[in-house]
Amino acid sequence: MTTAYSDDFRTVAELGGPGWLAERRRAAAASFTALGFPTRKNENWHYTSVAPISDRTFRMVRTPGGDASSLDLTPYQFNSPEWPRLVFLNGHFVAEQSTPADKLPEGVRVTTLGALLSEGADASNGLSDLIEQHLGRVADGEEHAFVALNTALATDGAVIVVGSEMVVDTPLHVVFVADGASSGQAIQTRTLFVAGRHSKATVIESFIGMGEADYFTNAVSEAVLDDGATFTNIKVQRESQSAFHICTTSVHQARDSHYLHFSCALGAALSRTNVYTILDGEGSGATLNGLYMLDGDQHCDHQTRIEHAKPNTFSRELYKGLLDGNSHGVFNGKVYVHPEAQKTDGKQENNNILLSPTAHIDTKPELEIYADDVRCTHGATVGQLDDTALFYMRSRGLSAAQARQLLTYAFAADVLETIELEAVRDSLEEQTLERFTRHEVGTA
Amino acid sequence: MSSSIDSLVSREYQYGFVTDIEADQIPAGLCEDTVRLISSKKNEPEWLLEWRLKGYRRWLTMTEPHHWPKLEYTPIDYNEQVYYSAPRTAKPLGSLDEVDPKLLETYTKLGIPLHEQKLLAGVAVDAVFDSVSVGTTYKAELAKVGVIFCSFSEAVQNHPELVRKYLGTVVPHSDNFFAALNAAVFSDGSFCYIPKGVRCPMELSTYFRINAENTGQFERTLIVAEEGAYVSYLEGCTAPKRSTNQLHAAVVELVALDGATIKYSTVQNWYAGDEDGVGGIYNFVTKRGKAMKDAKISWTQVETGSAITWKYPSVILQGDNSVGEFYSVAVVNNMQQADTGTKMIHIGRNTKSNIVSKGISAGRGQNSYRGQVKILPRAEGARNYTQCDSMLVGNRCGAHTFPYIEVGNNTATLEHEASTSKIGEDQIFYLKQRGLSAEQAVSMIVSGFCKDVFQELPMEFALEAQQLLGITLEGSVG
Repeated sequence: MTTAYSDDFRTVAELGGPGWLAERRRAAAASFTALGFPTRKNENWHYTSVAPISDRTFRMVRTPGGDASSLDLTPYQFNSPEWPRLVFLNGHFVAEQSTPADKLPEGVRVTTLGALLSEGADASNGLSDLIEQHLGRVADGEEHAFVALNTALATDGAVIVVGSEMVVDTPLHVVFVADGASSGQAIQTRTLFVAGRHSKATVIESFIGMGEADYFTNAVSEAVLDDGATFTNIKVQRESQSAFHICTTSVHQARDSHYLHFSCALGAALSRTNVYTILDGEGSGATLNGLYMLDGDQHCDHQTRIEHAKPNTFSRELYKGLLDGNSHGVFNGKVYVHPEAQKTDGKQENNNILLSPTAHIDTKPELEIYADDVRCTHGATVGQLDDTALFYMRSRGLSAAQARQLLTYAFAADVLETIELEAVRDSLEEQTLERFTRHEVGTA
Repeated sequence: MSSSIDSLVSREYQYGFVTDIEADQIPAGLCEDTVRLISSKKNEPEWLLEWRLKGYRRWLTMTEPHHWPKLEYTPIDYNEQVYYSAPRTAKPLGSLDEVDPKLLETYTKLGIPLHEQKLLAGVAVDAVFDSVSVGTTYKAELAKVGVIFCSFSEAVQNHPELVRKYLGTVVPHSDNFFAALNAAVFSDGSFCYIPKGVRCPMELSTYFRINAENTGQFERTLIVAEEGAYVSYLEGCTAPKRSTNQLHAAVVELVALDGATIKYSTVQNWYAGDEDGVGGIYNFVTKRGKAMKDAKISWTQVETGSAITWKYPSVILQGDNSVGEFYSVAVVNNMQQADTGTKMIHIGRNTKSNIVSKGISAGRGQNSYRGQVKILPRAEGARNYTQCDSMLVGNRCGAHTFPYIEVGNNTATLEHEASTSKIGEDQIFYLKQRGLSAEQAVSMIVSGFCKDVFQELPMEFALEAQQLLGITLEGSVG
């Protein structure tokens, strides 16, 4: 199977670009060839078979294809079309849909990996040194085959750098669209965020499938947070229902930085979201939350790993799942505490509700702790809507269906409320409400 | 950690003596002939030999599980092990009068007097020394109510139909690497059979002792409780101090038929190796029970010994309304490693499982809870509650939690909770100002931490377990 992408490795090698990048690609290609696609024997993939991805070969495409000019992104903009955005169609940057560099908020510098490759360091908005410093250095391609594959084959993606001391109030929206032309394609984008000292910014990553194409997204995002930086990263995954989605976000955090990630997973036939962060400075912390709402035959897997590497670090994690139809949800969260990370404070929670008799959830919250002066807890629950609550609502005059809808919505809203950005929160809440009022919720 | 709770002196492993007794050993190494030799030494029927050989052939095709347990150890050379060792003077079929006085002395030293009259509270004991059972007490009295309690070899001779009916029905010969090895070379163990509707009048217990050097112990225990029967079974283990690692790969099968209850308690105190991790027992154990309709299986374990513990006492909740319980205290100190937990497989409707696991890590020990709760689609109304708490003493040890929760039925309710914390300075301070020494304070906090599990143990065992815990942790609080 592994040899399937070896032609692509050669094609990308011929593209040129900076020498350091070629070197990292070569290493990643070798690493992918050695690792191969993970199987369920790999503890990290115990509940998810990637056979639908590894059994076929998805084409690498060098041009966006599709129709960039007629893209209508209105439904996906959280009612905030004024937010600056970077749009990628089928994995390639589309300048005409994106906010021009001179219209970006103050303190934000942006370029694309594509620009670095095709036009060289001069066209990279002065960011080529930063890219060289961080790209492929945060995400681990030696252990994770999909990261290696991305490193070896990614030819485009966003690079967003927030300057030191800059507080950017306007969120940036990175939009990855796959349209009907993407059928059978591998879409491998690579994103890099660098948050400068004491900066504050929010980036939304949207993965959108327009149509029912069966493409394969293999995205990797790397984020580097300098001392005191606060970086919010909201990921909304609305891929096509036939698509395969693998996305790895790897973060490195310095002293007193705070990383907030929210993963909202709604689409894709098979999806896997990895969020890995290293709390590598005293006082740093991570807040990872997420919501997955599945139906039909969807399979959705979240894996998080929070590495407490320095003392006085904290982490908070809340993932919630609503599973209907024959869907299969997986949650695997790990809190890892190094021996020197004393006074670690970690909390992890995963709650699931199975809405249909054929839905299935596998959850594996893990703690791996090597320091003694810590306070770490985790919890996981699987259950149904609370009978007492349903009864109470009915006693107040709601119908059984209404009561069930309201409780289901409330379950999801609980985690959506952790999103600070009002427009995104409202939009996702609205969508959830619609999802559970429009459909009859499976009888519990 | 503050100096107030610094350095308590480590006590020696008090069961580390060696009994000097002549042994009938077969040469080291493992091949089909070894399996045949063991079988012929025990004068076994043909079907059992066949079953052993099936296990052996299956074992050859399997690989030792290394990728998932959180254990690090030098690979075991299975050809260096001695698979059978029996004290030469032991008379088979355990009649107590003929037991070698040296052996009786050994068990007396271990606090397990085999003379019935000396026994405290009416606990029937089967004593297993290396590869054979050397005696079983109270057999006659038990026989009056129809309870069969004897060594496994004896059961093969006297009750072959029962052994044949149930052997391998819960842990098949092909179950896993260590279970297959056990199927091939298992030497002795205990057999209990409680007939329909009988409440076993006394606690049954087996005391396992490894004595010979370079010998592995591969015992196999089978407990069958017929409809509505009740039995409480205890197990204890010790081994001499030796600088080489010894292998212990046991299998325990429990069969609880409709409405039966089996309570299985273990206090495992195999030699754990010295503070540098030299020597100690490699303990790879497969324990599993099958609970039919309305049956209940309860595992309670106190794991303080062994260099390596790999053990997941499980319950297959096959019948409707069956109940599985798991209460565990696992302590690691010095270089010990434990990867232990349970599996609760919910198959029947309205099945319930309850898991309480307390892990204590000290020294450079690594302690992992690994537990699986699986709700199959047919298990309507299944219920599980899991609590696992870990306590760390010092920052060179590790405490890990790996729960696997798999739910395929939307009427199931599952809760899993885990926490990790340390003994609070303020707790110790408080106890000290009430007049306790630091050592007593720690011991009291640890007992409180483990209370939920200890109260599940039979009285005498609970006291022993508490003392054992204190001894294991001595020297670690610093």
